[in-house]
Amino acid sequence: MGEARSLLRIYVLLVGARARAQLEYRASAVLQLVGTTLIAMLDLAAILILFDNVPRLGDWSVAEVALLYGIASISFGFADLLVGHLDLFPEMIRDGTFDGILTRPLPSLFQVVASDFSLRRVGKALQGVAVLIVALTQLDIDWTLGRVLALPLAVVCGVVIYAGVWIALATIAFWIVDAIEFVNAFTYGGNFLSQYPLTIFGRWLRGLVIFVIPLGFVAYFPALYVLDRPDELGLPEALRYVSPLVAVAVALVAHLVWTNAVRHYRSAGG
Amino acid sequence: MAELSHRESAIELEDVRKEFAVRVKAGRLRRERKRVQAVDGISFTIERGSIVGYLGPNGAGKSTTVKMLTGILVPSGGRIRVAGLDPSRQRVELARRIGVVFGQRVQLWWDLPLRDSFELLRHMYRIPLDRYRANLERFSDVLSLGPFLDTPVRQLSLGQRMRGELTASLLHDPEIVFLDEPTIGLDIVAKAAVREFLAEMNRERGVTVLLTTHDLADIERLCSRLIVVDHGHVIWDGGLDELKRRYGQERVLVVDLEESGPALEVPGARVIKIDGPRQWLAFRRDETSAAELTAAVAAQARILDLAIEETEIEEIVRGIYAAG
Repeated sequence: MGEARSLLRIYVLLVGARARAQLEYRASAVLQLVGTTLIAMLDLAAILILFDNVPRLGDWSVAEVALLYGIASISFGFADLLVGHLDLFPEMIRDGTFDGILTRPLPSLFQVVASDFSLRRVGKALQGVAVLIVALTQLDIDWTLGRVLALPLAVVCGVVIYAGVWIALATIAFWIVDAIEFVNAFTYGGNFLSQYPLTIFGRWLRGLVIFVIPLGFVAYFPALYVLDRPDELGLPEALRYVSPLVAVAVALVAHLVWTNAVRHYRSAGG
Repeated sequence: MAELSHRESAIELEDVRKEFAVRVKAGRLRRERKRVQAVDGISFTIERGSIVGYLGPNGAGKSTTVKMLTGILVPSGGRIRVAGLDPSRQRVELARRIGVVFGQRVQLWWDLPLRDSFELLRHMYRIPLDRYRANLERFSDVLSLGPFLDTPVRQLSLGQRMRGELTASLLHDPEIVFLDEPTIGLDIVAKAAVREFLAEMNRERGVTVLLTTHDLADIERLCSRLIVVDHGHVIWDGGLDELKRRYGQERVLVVDLEESGPALEVPGARVIKIDGPRQWLAFRRDETSAAELTAAVAAQARILDLAIEETEIEEIVRGIYAAG
């Protein structure tokens, strides 16, 4: 426990320093925040335009999809805030920063995660919160204690699942430094996938997000629970309860993948 | 226990290897995987409290070795012990006991003033507060950090930054420090300050230092022992004076004679190779001059052509000198 406390403290110190540095250029920070929020709005606009043409999407109403969207966006936004800078990880390999990290007495993954914190990325999460609130006012949910707690829990699990998937994918850089566009396709594609009901996707894609890269557990299954909907896919009902287990599993796998990948690190230059 | 660890060597390498797979262009689109031995069976032991220069031309395997010793790279074979630990398996534990400086890379936090960087390191390495204060005060004093302790790293000059990096690498009282080109790009005053500092840390605290450098003055001022690598092998391990005495003085005169014949007998030189009319004569720079020797040979046989070769080891050392 002392170990975890000490790591948390170092995390706060490191990230605090980064955040202060970003706030030094206040105008720039604000503009970037506005920018990311506007871009996030476009995502939402796409869904609204869709519903302008069809009354229901995969048998989901607009408010129900907004709930999905809210959970997915908040999770994505916070994951982006915490580990979004992994897209700069290849740069850390190239410029030798990662060599330096390996000479310090802390876990390497922790140091990479703690190396930055992009305040501007909080826009996506804020927009997600707004959408979720609107969705909840429109929906007629039979609130129980379980359903109330399920929402924040889903977000926590969602953050862990997103972050875990990104970390595992980022390790590709240990072999191919220039693979970041490939990884980004999964990152942003993953966000897209989890903000729509799984029912609208084809069999193959559904299988992928349930069993391989388990993004279905970010929003879809928790939403089934909160909305008390039957699963049109006919999957076992248990799936709507297991997001926390999936999150733990993803975290463990990501950690394992990272630990193994570091042993293949080649460093840059002679 | 402490006694025992005191007697063991600081650094031990036994037949250490590192192999990289690289892709080489073969034809227009095809690429072939090739294995490159960056380090090919290196063994040496470094005693506690010594300062050793680790030299070699670029691409000789120097940095790769240092990266294996510090736990950055996992060796492909062989055995490594640094402070009694296996660097790749006990990386975090080792990191507390060693200091590392890469001359051409910034390890401090770019946006932070030096003082804040040091404060972060205090937490990372869990340095006791009194120890931290005493060290920082001492290093600030010796390296004159005072005037720029509160300046963000990105605004420091190269020399100031290097002094900061050195401080950062020694704040946690490491037993061993690895320095990769610590004086590269520094002006003469800063170079001298860095050298004095290292010598003092070694003398005062018994810190073991492994130094890679291209700067002959670094070596002459600091190193009691030199290890020279080339093509992933150790080609010299010994004192600097001995290296100079043994190799620095010897040259080879290559003569093409009109006719093949028996080995020439010339005072001050010995024939080391004969190939038809061509003969190789080794001689010492301090005993004979090339002109004297040529004259002596010409007195015995007709010379068609001649060349003077330096021995290979000297070429390497000369390369090291020239780059400094």
